[in-house]
Amino acid sequence: MQKFANPTRFLRLQSAIQPWVVAATIVLFAAGLYSGLVMAPPDYQQGETVRIMFVHVPAAWLALMIYSIMALSSAVAIVFRHPLADLAAKTAAPIGAAFTFLALATGSLWGKPMWGAWWVWDAGLTSMFVLFLLYLGYIAVWQAIEDPARGALIARIVALVGFINIPIIKFSVDWWNSLHQPASVFRIDGPAIHSSILIPLLIMATAYTMLFLALHLSAMRAEINARKLRQMELAHVGSS
Amino acid sequence: MKILAALIRRDLTLAWRQGGGVGTAAGFFLTVVVLLPLGIGPDQVLLQRIAPGALWIALLLSVLLSADSIYQTDFEDGSLELMTMGPAPLEMVVLAKAFAHWLAAGLPLAILAPMLGFLLNLAPELVLPLTVAMVIGSVSLSLLASLGAAVIVGLRRGGVLVSLLILPLYVPVLIFGVSASRGALAGPDIFAPSLLILLAISLVALVSVPVASAAAIRAYLK
Repeated sequence: MQKFANPTRFLRLQSAIQPWVVAATIVLFAAGLYSGLVMAPPDYQQGETVRIMFVHVPAAWLALMIYSIMALSSAVAIVFRHPLADLAAKTAAPIGAAFTFLALATGSLWGKPMWGAWWVWDAGLTSMFVLFLLYLGYIAVWQAIEDPARGALIARIVALVGFINIPIIKFSVDWWNSLHQPASVFRIDGPAIHSSILIPLLIMATAYTMLFLALHLSAMRAEINARKLRQMELAHVGSS
Repeated sequence: MKILAALIRRDLTLAWRQGGGVGTAAGFFLTVVVLLPLGIGPDQVLLQRIAPGALWIALLLSVLLSADSIYQTDFEDGSLELMTMGPAPLEMVVLAKAFAHWLAAGLPLAILAPMLGFLLNLAPELVLPLTVAMVIGSVSLSLLASLGAAVIVGLRRGGVLVSLLILPLYVPVLIFGVSASRGALAGPDIFAPSLLILLAISLVALVSVPVASAAAIRAYLK
């Protein structure tokens, strides 16, 4: 871990593995989409609409995982002063927000045939929505503070406080939902999932993870270059 | 301890004499409560049903709006920097300031709000549970608001950012607060657990917010 604290070493590693990650993303997406959208059997209750699950569920998983990665990077930044950790957290946030939005949008599309409405205040959708707001707040902190060194210090705190709150928010939303909507609501995780659905789902989850990795690595490269550019501009202004 | 008591007294005096304290927050609260029936309609049954939730939302907005004054002026005139260098640890200073904010804005509103419930046709047997839940919940509201104020203290226009950062964190307080406030109607098996969880949230905030706020203030004073 400490070995890649050096940005140059990180950039070398990144350019070495980036093509492989992109290739893996394409192959896994092709396999996952084919097995999910063509091979998997339609649900006896929901028919063909169950296929939205293959884009919806992995997006929701990734949304949570990326926030965890952000919090972990922030903790690493506080403890080890790892110079790339703040960058990792910063660049992960917009990608995580995009996945959260994807989960919300596909959940809403799925809700229309299932619940008869575009939006239902279901526990899962509601806590996803709050997670989306947490992402927006984190991104806004980076944008509001001009000095990147100070912004990093503040953003760490925001990420960690949000991370502590996610389980509490999840729990409270479940509680709220069970108070207001008795068990008549359709449950997504009904009986055990059959392997004909589970395998495509896992392939899609891996594909999403690879996509995140590809996007994140190149975003980190872009951010490092932006920092370099800023340093050069500042040096240029200082010398003239 | 003496320093902290002096700090609390100073903040309370400032809140009392300067305006922007209790009076403004209470006025804002009243305005929200009056606007609500105007938007929804004067249906007494509907108003009675939404009253606890509406009062809670008005409470958390008023507490949040009065928050950015906690550190802003002290940061601008440099007294916050003196406080960080003083003998008391910054975490305790932060806690004292949050406590002063609770005394000046959170607690009065929490007591006042159920009294204004008659404007929304609040069921009389809900007044007591609502007051208890609001007094407990407003502790964490004030603490989280002070965390938001600390995170934006050096920014010129941080007000909107505070709302975006802190309102999502208010979700659990709102949910358990409302479900505890409905206590008399919902029965003891919902009232007691909600109140206890609300208390737990406040206690967690009491421990963790000072550490986070102090770290944020140190980052700005570097």
